Amino acid sequence: MEPVDSVEGRAIPFGRKNVDTDVIIPAHWLKTITREGLGAGAFETVRAEPGNVFDDPEFANAPILIAGDNFGCGSSREHAAWALLDLGIKAVIAPSFSDIFSGNAFKNGILTVALPQEQVDRLLEVAASDPVTIDLENQVVTTPFQDRFTFEIDPFRKHCLMEGLDEVGLTLARDTAIDTYEKRQASDMPWLAHGTERAA
Amino acid sequence: MATRPLTLYEKIWNAHVVETRDDGTSLIYIDRHLVHEVTSPQAFEALRAAGRPVRRPDLTLAVPDHNLPTTARLDAAGNRLPIADPQSAAQLAALECNAPEFGIEYIGPTDAAQGIVHVVGPEQGFSLPGATIVCGDSHTAAHGGIGALAFGIGTSEVEHVLATQTLLLTRSKTMEVRVTGELRPGITPKDLILHVIGVIGTAGGTGYVIEYRGPVFEAMSVEGRLTVCNMSIEGGARAGLIAPDDKVFDYLKGRPHAPTGSDWDRAVEWWRSLATDPGAQFDKSVTIDAADIEPTVTWGTSPEDVAPIGAVVPAPESYADPSKQEAVRKSLAYMGLEPGQRLSDVAIENVFIGSCTNSRIEDLRAAADVLRGRHKAANVKWAIVVPGSGLVKAQAEAEGLDKVFTDAGLEWREPGCSACLAMNPDKVPAGERCASTSNRNFVGRQGPGARTHLVSPAMAAAAAVTGKLTDVRELVG
Repeated sequence: MEPVDSVEGRAIPFGRKNVDTDVIIPAHWLKTITREGLGAGAFETVRAEPGNVFDDPEFANAPILIAGDNFGCGSSREHAAWALLDLGIKAVIAPSFSDIFSGNAFKNGILTVALPQEQVDRLLEVAASDPVTIDLENQVVTTPFQDRFTFEIDPFRKHCLMEGLDEVGLTLARDTAIDTYEKRQASDMPWLAHGTERAA
Repeated sequence: MATRPLTLYEKIWNAHVVETRDDGTSLIYIDRHLVHEVTSPQAFEALRAAGRPVRRPDLTLAVPDHNLPTTARLDAAGNRLPIADPQSAAQLAALECNAPEFGIEYIGPTDAAQGIVHVVGPEQGFSLPGATIVCGDSHTAAHGGIGALAFGIGTSEVEHVLATQTLLLTRSKTMEVRVTGELRPGITPKDLILHVIGVIGTAGGTGYVIEYRGPVFEAMSVEGRLTVCNMSIEGGARAGLIAPDDKVFDYLKGRPHAPTGSDWDRAVEWWRSLATDPGAQFDKSVTIDAADIEPTVTWGTSPEDVAPIGAVVPAPESYADPSKQEAVRKSLAYMGLEPGQRLSDVAIENVFIGSCTNSRIEDLRAAADVLRGRHKAANVKWAIVVPGSGLVKAQAEAEGLDKVFTDAGLEWREPGCSACLAMNPDKVPAGERCASTSNRNFVGRQGPGARTHLVSPAMAAAAAVTGKLTDVRELVG
């Protein structure tokens, strides 16, 4: 994963609430066995609306998306994160995110920045004409107009994003601890240790 | 040493901590991993690229469900029929190659036990109370109905679990949904969970694990509990739980992968200890009076857009929040509904009975009870019943339910996810309505332009008979 320390540029002022994963990427786009090319299907139903922000040349290649409450609700499909990446989106700002989506975004190096509604409203206003900057190290979103909105992020996620760490590799390094747990479980809760293979 | 009273969630969590890190996250051991064809190909590919094996193939079970056509899978000579859609066929082929390559048990499309992963897991005794269960599918929450801590994960997490049998997680907050009193006659678990989502909203459970508590759940069948927990994610909660009891143990005993002998006895002893301790604290508590729950339908494009069948379509102005007003306006335009219109006047052209929410034997019996001796209305063009698994299908056929459905003019299909998300050929045409027992009424969910009304199996059957959304209590009971 590429390290991320800041994201700056134009932000798509979408603003809509409860954007579900079927809106981000409809199910008929999920029949792929790769992670690439999903940008073509991203926000398909929104892009069918005349004058939608995604097809506005003003926001072509914008790296930031600004949305309403509960962004990414619905399915666990990581295709939603892959579709955003394929559109060139590296960060999403919203008042709140669904749990599964924010995890999927993080694992693909997409920053999810939760800010209070009034700050999101201000950024939507700025985004119409000007760029937005997200500084991950200092956990702050700024605009050319002296706006300065700080945000919270899980320290582990921040560390992984800034270092571009491979989480699977990190956990595999904890192999001994996992071995120890498995031995204890096999003795204390043997029924859990037998999945598809039954004990003799 | 006196210990503080714990919730069911905390007990399961504590039993699965491999280690806790300084930043407060914990490495959590995963006992059971269900894999299907849509969210796994990229995970297996990543393992292959890194030369990493699956750590515990024996704790992993692969079942294709999302893409499979629900029409016949074998020709008259018993040969397997190909899948026409090349992309669906490629996804299925990837799973059929990945499962044996990584040593994972695979229940294929023509296996008698194949079905929707969330039906198959409990049915095979693979899903167990007190276990941590994951799958690359948000409706994994269903398995909470047998008292498992079960939740959906993305493909990167699928890869992480395949490689390490763990996930790095932060402990969730706990939310109690307490339902007091008794459900009125004719009110089903689906009505209950739709009502709950209407009360808490689609983000109400975000960051929480919900435990459903109260006598209603103690009286509820295991199938009903799976239905309730299944839709926890529609309330924003990654997982839902109901304390396991004798009903669950009876349901699981003797199933192919359930524990046996002394393992079974030890398991039951532990399962009995899992119920939330008296005095345990929840971070949030919601109380609902069961008597307030009516047969419930959705009118909009979010699962929180629910109303009793006797109500009218709401006006956008009836919401205080301006952004919700706008969302309701958009929903009603998409759904082709007018404020003030009676829900029981809304005509439907399609009926879908199935999905991981409502495709178990009890659901099919409930639908059949309404349809027996009746016929679908002339304006209902397409009505399909898709059993949750091959075993459910066989059981239904043994009880003659398939005959009830076909006599009523409904189609009896092969198991799979089907029109719940329309990844296979089962789709609702644009602009048409569907009374559907599935879990999401999102824009385009059942096909581009499709209009979904979420209902219980009995209500879907009633809609098939009358050709409009109908209070099933007018037909039976």
